[in-house]
Amino acid sequence: MAEKKEQLLEMYKTMVRIRTFEKEAIDLFAAGKFPGFVHSYLGEEAIATGVCANLKDSDYICSTHRGHGHLIAKGGKLDLMMAELYGKSTGYCKGKGGSMHIADVDLGILGANGIVGAGMPIATGAAFACKYRKTDNVAIAFFGDGASDRATFHESLNLASIWKLPVVFVCENNGWAISNSQENHQNITDVSDRATAYGIPGVSIDGNDVMAISEAAEEAIKRARKGDGPTLIECKTWRHRGHFEGDPGAYKDPKDQEEWLSDAKDALVRVEKKLIELKYANKADLDKVKADAQTEVDAAVKFAEQSPDPDPSEVLTDVYTV
Amino acid sequence: MQMTYAEAIRDAMRVELKRDPKVYLAGEDIGVFGGCFGVTAGLLDEFGPKRIVDTPISENFIVGHAVGSSACGLRPIVEIMFNDFIAVCFDEMCNQAAKVRYMFGGKADVGMVLRMPIGAGIGAAAQHSQSLEGLLTHIPGLISVIPSTPADAKGLLISAIRDDNPVIFYEHKQMYGMPGEVPEGDYTIPIGKADIKREGSDVTIVTWSWMVQKSLAAAEKLAAEGINAEVLDPRTLIPLDKEAILKSVAKTGKLVIVHEEVKTSGFGGEIAAIVSEEGFDYLDAPIKRVAAPDTPIPFSPALEQAYIPSEEKIIEAVKALF
Repeated sequence: MAEKKEQLLEMYKTMVRIRTFEKEAIDLFAAGKFPGFVHSYLGEEAIATGVCANLKDSDYICSTHRGHGHLIAKGGKLDLMMAELYGKSTGYCKGKGGSMHIADVDLGILGANGIVGAGMPIATGAAFACKYRKTDNVAIAFFGDGASDRATFHESLNLASIWKLPVVFVCENNGWAISNSQENHQNITDVSDRATAYGIPGVSIDGNDVMAISEAAEEAIKRARKGDGPTLIECKTWRHRGHFEGDPGAYKDPKDQEEWLSDAKDALVRVEKKLIELKYANKADLDKVKADAQTEVDAAVKFAEQSPDPDPSEVLTDVYTV
Repeated sequence: MQMTYAEAIRDAMRVELKRDPKVYLAGEDIGVFGGCFGVTAGLLDEFGPKRIVDTPISENFIVGHAVGSSACGLRPIVEIMFNDFIAVCFDEMCNQAAKVRYMFGGKADVGMVLRMPIGAGIGAAAQHSQSLEGLLTHIPGLISVIPSTPADAKGLLISAIRDDNPVIFYEHKQMYGMPGEVPEGDYTIPIGKADIKREGSDVTIVTWSWMVQKSLAAAEKLAAEGINAEVLDPRTLIPLDKEAILKSVAKTGKLVIVHEEVKTSGFGGEIAAIVSEEGFDYLDAPIKRVAAPDTPIPFSPALEQAYIPSEEKIIEAVKALF
């Protein structure tokens, strides 16, 4: 009980930190504070949080273009992330990567990725390394429903299954491959059906229920650590925003949009209700979590804004290891 | 000792497999089958299936997984059966392997080797015969190694395996059976150092891979006619030993570039541009290029022989400068 309370509160904190970071990033981007792309994770916070709650620092993740949430859930530091969004020399990648390429190899974060579906072979390669070295570490590949149509998805699931690699494939099915609805881009409702083709377990779960995600991830990760091979977990969710900031999402049915953003469906509101209902926290506790997250994000923004730009000579460094 | 080019490549891999437990091979039919051209024959028996890994026909995965496993500290040597198939896994080389280090601000290394056979002359037609070594030189972050003798193949491959960058290693099919003297045991050649295969004073022929052998034969015939050609093999295209090329052109005053790639956008154009920019005053004649015509590679031996740059064409190009 105490453990469950602690776990749920911890996951709530992570979700709030992601949401606060993302809201701030959206506002800053709209205000022209930094260039490039912002692919917001708003609405999908439960997935990264529920999965990464079961990981150690020595485990690996491969993230996506919509990667801020994964990075925060795996322990990424908000100030270094924000500085990277700003393209500052103090950022995670010294300003060379930006939003779509943030990585922290020491934390097992093998990078966000600007190519849809490209993280899956890389995560599977990391899992290969975990097994080769006889560790019990695992790798997680996050990807979306759109990426599940790519060759990299099929090749990675096939290879991971025949070699029984310690990797968990986490599909964040938000219903949209940019503007293309799931019903338009694949002839199935459950991406997890595709696990059958590779002889591995596949489950579809509510992607806005952080406890359900954590439980499914726990089982899959245990299985992977034991050497029993990969699992495909499909988390059904909805992205609150457009594909990127600037995309109004006109292709969405406004009724669906309204429903998914309602208190009944929103992943964060649902955890809050649960925490109150179980008497794990009161409103003041929740407000404090939010205030703390805002303070942390404000500090990250300040850090980013006060950091220097990279020196122009940095264009030429880090291409090769010498 | 005497070894063929294929044996020298195998010997290099054997030396490194013995020296470093992090080194492993992965690719299609490299195990039981011994490789499509027999290059990895016997390695499965010697090192076992953990180190010599047969993969399904999944080129995206073969290269993509190596990005992940090398970022996690292993040393993969992966094989793509024919250079032509790079088209299938271009993203993994161009957008992942090449860029990880830079995008992550220098905080990850992708120390992997990608081996690929190149070259026409065995009637393999348009999709199994290309020499595409110039293609990937356009992507900063990759190293391109292209040996023309058994000894160079061994020494450069060992250096490539020990290098912390992604290295592409081009092997010419026509030379697999070619014998030569090769040092035993640990033998390295620094990456980025050209080698003068034949000293001369009248004209510089810059060439690589199988065309080195053709150019050497052409040089002998030219010598009989009183033209003393210097044959310079850069051995690695990236990094390119510009100084050696400029020094040779300064001595001879004439430059002919010979490669099996098609002429348009072949790497010869880059060398011609470098010499024009940095060595124009050394030249007392226009730069000449001998290359394959801008066509796909034909099947019929009669057509294929007309396609491949010949000794006669090299001789003709050189003589045109006098």
